[in-house]
Amino acid sequence: MTNPIPLLSLSGITKRFGALIANDSISLDLHKGEILALLGENGAGKTTLMNVLFGHYVQDEGSVSVLGTDGNMLTLSPGSPGAALGAGIGMVHQHFTLAENLSGLDNIRLGTEPLLSLGQRKAAQDKIARIITESGLEVDLDRRVDSLTVGEKQRIEILKALYRDARVLILDEPTAVLTPQETEGLFTILRRLAANGLGVIFISHKLGEVLSVSHRILVLRAGRKAGELKTQDADRRAIADLMVGKAVAEIIRAPGTSGSSVVKFDKVSLGKAGERQSLRNVSLELRRGEVVALAGVSGNGQSGIAALISGLATPDSGTFTLFDTPITRASPRDLVQRGVARMPEDRQHDGVVGTMSVADNIAIEEVRSPGFSKFGLLDRKAMRVRAETAIADYDVRCPGPDAEARLLSGGNVQKLILARVLEREPKIILANQPTRGLDIGAQSEVHRRILAARDRGAAVLVISEDLDELFTLADRFLVIHAGEVIDAGPSEGLDRGTIGLLMAGQSQNRESIAS
Amino acid sequence: MTIRLEPRQAAPLGLRLAVSLASGLVALLIVAIPVMAAGRNPFDAYVLMAQGAFGSMFALSETLNRATPLILTGLAAAIAFRARLWNIGAEGQLYMGALAAVLVGSGFLQLPGPLMIPAIMIAGFVAGGLMMVVPTLLKQRFGADEVVITLLLNFVVILFVQMLIEGPLKDPLAMGWPQSVPLLAEAKFDKLIPRLRMHWGLVIGLVSALLLWFMVRKTVLGFEVKAVGENKAAARFVGIPVNATMLKVALLSGGLAGLAGVSEVAGVKGYLSADLSPGFGYSGIVVAMLAGLSPIGAVLAAIFIAAVFVGADSMSRATGISSYIADLVVALSLLSVLIGSFFLRFRFVTSNRQVEA
Amino acid sequence: MDVLLDIFGSANFWAAALRIATPLIFGVLGALICERAGVLNLGIEGIFVAGAMAGWLAVYLGTGLWGGVLVAALAGAMFGLLHAFLTVILGLSQHVSGIGITLLATSVSYFTYRTALPSVTSPPRIAAFQPVNIPGLSDLPFIGPALFQQTALTWLALFFVALVAFVLYRTPLGLAIRAVGDNPASVEAQGLSVRGLRIGAVVAGSALMALGGAFLTMSAFDAFFFGMVNGRGWICIALVVFASWQPGKALLGALLFGAFDAFQIRLQAEIGQIVPGQVFLMLPYLLSILALVLVARKADYPRALLQPWTKGQRH
Repeated sequence: MTNPIPLLSLSGITKRFGALIANDSISLDLHKGEILALLGENGAGKTTLMNVLFGHYVQDEGSVSVLGTDGNMLTLSPGSPGAALGAGIGMVHQHFTLAENLSGLDNIRLGTEPLLSLGQRKAAQDKIARIITESGLEVDLDRRVDSLTVGEKQRIEILKALYRDARVLILDEPTAVLTPQETEGLFTILRRLAANGLGVIFISHKLGEVLSVSHRILVLRAGRKAGELKTQDADRRAIADLMVGKAVAEIIRAPGTSGSSVVKFDKVSLGKAGERQSLRNVSLELRRGEVVALAGVSGNGQSGIAALISGLATPDSGTFTLFDTPITRASPRDLVQRGVARMPEDRQHDGVVGTMSVADNIAIEEVRSPGFSKFGLLDRKAMRVRAETAIADYDVRCPGPDAEARLLSGGNVQKLILARVLEREPKIILANQPTRGLDIGAQSEVHRRILAARDRGAAVLVISEDLDELFTLADRFLVIHAGEVIDAGPSEGLDRGTIGLLMAGQSQNRESIAS
Repeated sequence: MTIRLEPRQAAPLGLRLAVSLASGLVALLIVAIPVMAAGRNPFDAYVLMAQGAFGSMFALSETLNRATPLILTGLAAAIAFRARLWNIGAEGQLYMGALAAVLVGSGFLQLPGPLMIPAIMIAGFVAGGLMMVVPTLLKQRFGADEVVITLLLNFVVILFVQMLIEGPLKDPLAMGWPQSVPLLAEAKFDKLIPRLRMHWGLVIGLVSALLLWFMVRKTVLGFEVKAVGENKAAARFVGIPVNATMLKVALLSGGLAGLAGVSEVAGVKGYLSADLSPGFGYSGIVVAMLAGLSPIGAVLAAIFIAAVFVGADSMSRATGISSYIADLVVALSLLSVLIGSFFLRFRFVTSNRQVEA
Repeated sequence: MDVLLDIFGSANFWAAALRIATPLIFGVLGALICERAGVLNLGIEGIFVAGAMAGWLAVYLGTGLWGGVLVAALAGAMFGLLHAFLTVILGLSQHVSGIGITLLATSVSYFTYRTALPSVTSPPRIAAFQPVNIPGLSDLPFIGPALFQQTALTWLALFFVALVAFVLYRTPLGLAIRAVGDNPASVEAQGLSVRGLRIGAVVAGSALMALGGAFLTMSAFDAFFFGMVNGRGWICIALVVFASWQPGKALLGALLFGAFDAFQIRLQAEIGQIVPGQVFLMLPYLLSILALVLVARKADYPRALLQPWTKGQRH
């Protein structure tokens, strides 16, 4: 299967960001018709490497070469997505690069015609129609992109690359936003494209998927190539060790002992149908000493549930009760005072004020409380003491309590937030995508803290797109789809397949609490 | 050897001061060009300006007098911009404050003498404050940008003032341009030093700067304003009442601008006319930016801008160079300090590593 | 009432409406182009002044009317380039830069005018654009004087409405501009330059804005007065939102506003004894505020407007 002359070759790529070496002399080859998986945990350098390949970053050392039409390898000029596109490299980014106010067709045509020309709409439509038939990527090209589903947007992204005659297709964590069934659909298309000669590089941190679709696996760890092997020869255990480098103590979750109910949603509806946040007649319960998972593809209403528990919204109908008191006013401060700890989904955007100090960010939810202020005047000494203890207890790596929070890495920001919310021994914890973007070490720490809080009697709701994480943490599963929540029951009796079907909206005789 | 731009971790105070100072200097240097184009020696022009602004007790007093409203409008802009509330309506808020001062202080209301000055100050503060609260409410309820609304309201307010001055508030004894009935003697600010024009408004400005500094650094409100201005979404998430905080800022900002109007009426002119402010509101924005939004810095920046205007007036009379040169300096100062802020955020880093082609 | 019939029934009224609308058409188109690309240009008020002064002065010094138009456009483009440099290349605050440009353009214009013409009691005049006679159309009863006796600059404005609409919706360049104002990452991932597109848009938009100012001194009036722009630039910023960043609606908005302003002037003539003149003069500004408040909620703001962006940044 493998052609001696590679389609694409990276040679000795090194990329530094200040003192951090994100890629350390990495080399790889990609052959025609091959699906190469680039595997590694968060922070290993996979996305950086692909950004160098595609021209978003300029490498500090090394070169990229592509097979030319004459059979020789041509070096690609660095730092130019235009050059990469011209050489036949296409990239589907983790966060889609689409103009939402334009149609799919317009997004595909963008940048493909000379700016000072009239453009050729009909010719473009014809070519895309052909590509759709060949690849199987069915999608409506004339609708505005902001009205498409995530899966449809991904197809537009792939079509963009194919339209530009891509010979190499890079996909960065494409399955993060798909249900297990949609993921299979994507893999079928990738196999088809590869069979037609396309070279595919597929970035992931999910071992199972990589084993299922790739021909070859390249493992990155801490910026270096840790290992390279053919998928058919691959052993799960060995690869996991290559990824992590040392045995990470698996978290064993002791069975929980669930207590009284503290949070109740009773036929809660929110927003208009079809909106990201909308909920339809949701009823659920959170009990003390129990971790409940909320599984679902992003965009199916999780942000509505998060908004309600965070105090950013109130139900349009139905009741949301906290310790038997109905919540009728949207006030984050009120919920914080009632003992709700919230970890926001987007840490940088909602979790910290980057230009304020670490100490300020730790105290920020309690600044009006008697501990930190009197008669409206700040007690900075008290804030500092709190910060110093928090930094020590939660191992927040930072230059000091007065350093600006924006200097912290993702993992340390999350630890700062944990320090902020867990100190008061909250009775209810909302953990929204708690380990997104964190490396394995930081992930374990966060998981340990969450389970420790549960053991202390807190009720925890974990919202995550990572099913592995949910199975590690949760005692019970809820699945959300199109704004409706289904109670899937205790995690003992569940597997990924069942959850996957529920995430996709197929009931399978489960109790649907949508009375 | 390559040179890269790298984000700075923090901008030390010394550097920030240097940027502000350099901005003023750069602006002054650049106007040498139009001065030469007008056929004059720039050096002479600078000397005349300096003399006009600082060359005698009288000049100094004029400069401080001119700085008084600028301190207040500068503080108004500074506190608003700290919260990312774009108050470009200080001009209108100033006039509303002046109007309130005249309504309360010219005899329509019967108040005991000692209460007059506090009364006009409160009235002016509230009037100016409400003038900013309304656009802020419109932004919160309807999502309408406060920049354009506050700008357009400036024009509305000045027309409104003209209407009142030519109508119900008209001073029947005044000849020439329409002006309002004058303030009663009890409502006027005394002079600080006899025979010089500086008045108590300057003290009000300085005290306001100190109070604002205290508020920003030491109070919970100052903390919340900073959070709201730097990251509104996070502030909302952690429970800071964003809308209420913005309204407080609006009241404070508009109120300070209103006090500027009170100060001009009660301390300088004694009555309200349509030409009360030659753009103090807009200059206040430049004062705030030059000061890096610092309340104490606003005092210094206001004196600088005032010196430029007073000095340019004097130089203009002597040389015939248009006094619009002052507006040029002010505009260039703003742009210079804006460019200077770039160097506060980034620095040049040299590295000796080779980059392979 | 009879008053209303008098006003709307006069051909003069419609001609005035179109005349008052013309600078707004230029301004709204210019602001629309900048904002579609993601850049707010608050320099518009100052650029109006600069266009008015530069164009007029050029004609006064002998370049001829179209030479003056060109000079005005260049002046606008220059200030636009400065704004683009500060906001797109250096990434500085679009609000502050815009206000700085307004202050700079205004003070440069006033200073230049005063220095060039130091001792004048009444502003000197030029031979301004005269109404263009279109054979056949201009002589139609009522419609002729109402619509077809405008100067060449008004026709130019209408031409630009069509041109901007065509480029924006039917060419790859327009597509790229619309994309960069929604999601710059989409443009970068397709190999185009975010900076190049934004700088080009701001320069082009600013040139158009300057023509709005030039209309005041070279067509509506024939001299330059201090304070003649009087907030028209800001009104355009409000009208752009009202026009939903679409050229067709921009024309409509400008015309509605022009009609309202013409109406207010004539109404003042009719009932000016009872109601003070300033009330009428306030109405255009209040109307702009009202228009902005009414549409702001639902407005389809270009998503990337005012968002800071650096090369290689995603989401």
